[in-house]
Amino acid sequence: MKLLKELGIIVVSVALGLGVGAIITAATGYSVPAVFRELVRGAFSDMYRVAQTLTQATPILFTSLSFLIAFRAGLFNIGAEGQLFLGGFFAAWAGFTLSLPPVLHIVVCLFFGAAAGAVWGFIPGWLRARRGANEFVTTMMLSYVAIYLTSWLVSPGGPYHGHQWANQTARILSTAELPRMITGTQLSWGIVVGGLVALLLWYFLFRMPRGYELRAVGQNPLAAEYGGVDVAPTQILAMVLAGALAGLGGASEILGTHRRFIEGFSPGYGWDGIAGGLIARAHPIGAVFAALLMGALRAGGSAIDRAGVAPSDLAAVFQGLVILFVVAPELIRYLKRVRRRRRVHGRPEP
Amino acid sequence: MNNRERSLSGEAVRLEGIVKRFSGVTANAGIDLSLNYGEVHGLLGENGAGKTVLMSVLYGLYRPTEGQIYLKDRPVAISSPAVAIRAGIGMVHQHFMLVPRLTVADNMVVGWETLWGPFLDRSRIRRRIGELSEQYGLEVDPSARVEELSVGEQQRVEIVKALYRGAEVLILDEPTATLPEQEVESFFATIRALRDEGKAVVFITHKLREALTICDRVTVLRKGEKVGTVPASQATESQLAEMMVGREVVFEVQRERVASEGQPLLRVEGLTAVDDRGVPAVQEVGFTVHDHEIVGVAGVQGNGQSELVEAICGLSRLRQGQVMVDGEDLSGAPPRKMAQAGLVHIPEDRHRRGLILDFSVGENSILGRQYESPFAIGQVGQSKRAIAGYARELVERFNIVVPGVRTPARALSGGNQQRVILARELDRKPKVIVAAQPTRGLDVAGIEFVWEQLLAMRREGAAILLVSMDLDELLTLADRLVVMYQGKLVGERKPGETDKQEIGLLMLGGAVETA
Repeated sequence: MKLLKELGIIVVSVALGLGVGAIITAATGYSVPAVFRELVRGAFSDMYRVAQTLTQATPILFTSLSFLIAFRAGLFNIGAEGQLFLGGFFAAWAGFTLSLPPVLHIVVCLFFGAAAGAVWGFIPGWLRARRGANEFVTTMMLSYVAIYLTSWLVSPGGPYHGHQWANQTARILSTAELPRMITGTQLSWGIVVGGLVALLLWYFLFRMPRGYELRAVGQNPLAAEYGGVDVAPTQILAMVLAGALAGLGGASEILGTHRRFIEGFSPGYGWDGIAGGLIARAHPIGAVFAALLMGALRAGGSAIDRAGVAPSDLAAVFQGLVILFVVAPELIRYLKRVRRRRRVHGRPEP
Repeated sequence: MNNRERSLSGEAVRLEGIVKRFSGVTANAGIDLSLNYGEVHGLLGENGAGKTVLMSVLYGLYRPTEGQIYLKDRPVAISSPAVAIRAGIGMVHQHFMLVPRLTVADNMVVGWETLWGPFLDRSRIRRRIGELSEQYGLEVDPSARVEELSVGEQQRVEIVKALYRGAEVLILDEPTATLPEQEVESFFATIRALRDEGKAVVFITHKLREALTICDRVTVLRKGEKVGTVPASQATESQLAEMMVGREVVFEVQRERVASEGQPLLRVEGLTAVDDRGVPAVQEVGFTVHDHEIVGVAGVQGNGQSELVEAICGLSRLRQGQVMVDGEDLSGAPPRKMAQAGLVHIPEDRHRRGLILDFSVGENSILGRQYESPFAIGQVGQSKRAIAGYARELVERFNIVVPGVRTPARALSGGNQQRVILARELDRKPKVIVAAQPTRGLDVAGIEFVWEQLLAMRREGAAILLVSMDLDELLTLADRLVVMYQGKLVGERKPGETDKQEIGLLMLGGAVETA
């Protein structure tokens, strides 16, 4: 019942976003039916396009999970983009440096990616829990540090520049490649890994004592403290997990889609995760569907551009509007709550 | 606004068989009520008894499902508050309906007189406010902005507004709930002045003492039905309480004395603590609570009681001093350790500390025991079944009214929220209970429940530290009383050997002596 209502709200929000998008399309002189036809066709019309949607959805799923685990602990991880890049780079490094048997190599590379992201989550987590530094700011700043650091590593002057004319590393060994699910497409088994991780995260949040404590801290840190929960370590744990999940997303993208680290390989998957986590109402299973929606919008959006019915800017407008309409009410509710809570509790104790 | 000639005597309003249903829920089930001019009529009942709904029907906010309203014996249909105001009925809501940015004078006419002509006659408005203020002792400054006024002043503005608009029947919805203690007496004087001028005043409350103090007649509602109307002069507190709750309520507590000075279970020595701004709030406080003993902490709010409790329970840092639970030194130990040593805490603010409002009743019922078997299966699992089963058991044993254990705690009434906390903490079989204002905001049945539970724990041997702002509560429950003033203990008394005046004096720092 509640689920149906939530779903209804989301459907209406998507429709509203598309509606306003249609008005803008018409007002700027493009053909509304053509744009919509391409949007749908680009996302769903054949096996290749569906695979494209799923491929785009995979990293968004990871970053959505990253966002929502921090959110459940009452924290804002805005830096998934940087964690994604760092995870991607270290996964690639393990992919072309280490030499291991096939399946193990993939696992080790994924682990490297997750660990790199975890470090990038730990720093803002520790700063927040122990020093009261606003994680909103620190995750964002560290995100840029990670993006430019990896960019330098693969630039012509950097140590891992592995290609004559492109800023990218050498190709990973074939043992480290996440295999394609459908040949001829870019869709890899990364999406299955993502689905499994979503299930695990659901189990952690709703079926484990630590998950209970994490949610308690997010809902009411004072009551959690009263209930014997160590608030600061729990906040750090949430940020470490958030970083690890985004890092894992980067690793899966590198091992499954690109097979090497490429400068700027993410078109903003980290940012999409914020919207994805909120659309999912911070529920790991909901994140699977949210990521599919976001993936479809990305795939459909680029089809509008490719078919030439409208410029890519308009596709971006569509994506932005849908996200805005779906996310805005939840975000406003949340920000209100956080502001109230932070005013009441003041700074966390050092 | 005009001086309509009215005969201000006899029956002002009669309600006959008022029924009000909201999608299946019956808030009023056929209520008769008669209000006279020159009378303060108390409307008494627990939360949810239907008091406010009944008066909202009279004020035109709700249309009655059945029943008839008579104004001075003439049947009327009150379709909106505007109609009610024109008929001389005014209502002061619990939450004030004033425009904060406007002046007092402008609030008189906003939404009422502005369409009357192109210009406002501000001097006339002020003159009229002056007259009303003087007549009823309602001091208000017409040019002050409402947002700058205190709660008490805003309430006076609301009453003046109703009178300004010609109210002869004045409904006051829980007017003392938001009023500071020291302003209640002057507020009562105003009500008496209104009555003496012939107004019919309805006083909605759930506080027995107030109803008996200010009202001429009292009508008691219970679960949407009228229990009866009694003259206040012939009613007693216990009689009204019984009418409200539907059974006898024990206010006189049977306390069997304990022969020996028992074991010291909670010992606090030289405790010093600071508040969240780092200002010292508790200085060198020491006391002992024995088994089978309730020690009450009296004091005006903000004299360090909250900080004392948080410091004892490990929720804030201890500057100096010792906290011993059953001989074990637990100074500065975290809450989990405290609980394991047998000290539980009923926090003063159930929303901020005691509950996670968006968690279910089940999830809340294990807060503090989430890592214990059978709720936790090792570190890796949580048994939803064990949690739900345990919550159901608590709900049954402690008579908690909930739709189900999956209901969020937010949806419960204040009394039931407090029951959830009490059930959870007391079921841990504690040696020491630190209860901070455990009955704040509760109605009669809720207070009675908390008292019974605390006394039962005392009977079983627990040592109880009871912090309360309510002197009657302390004098009823405590075996010993300590008084806190500006962060220090300034006196110790036994309830049988002292009275409210003496304690009150100590609370205000009147007679400092060492305990």
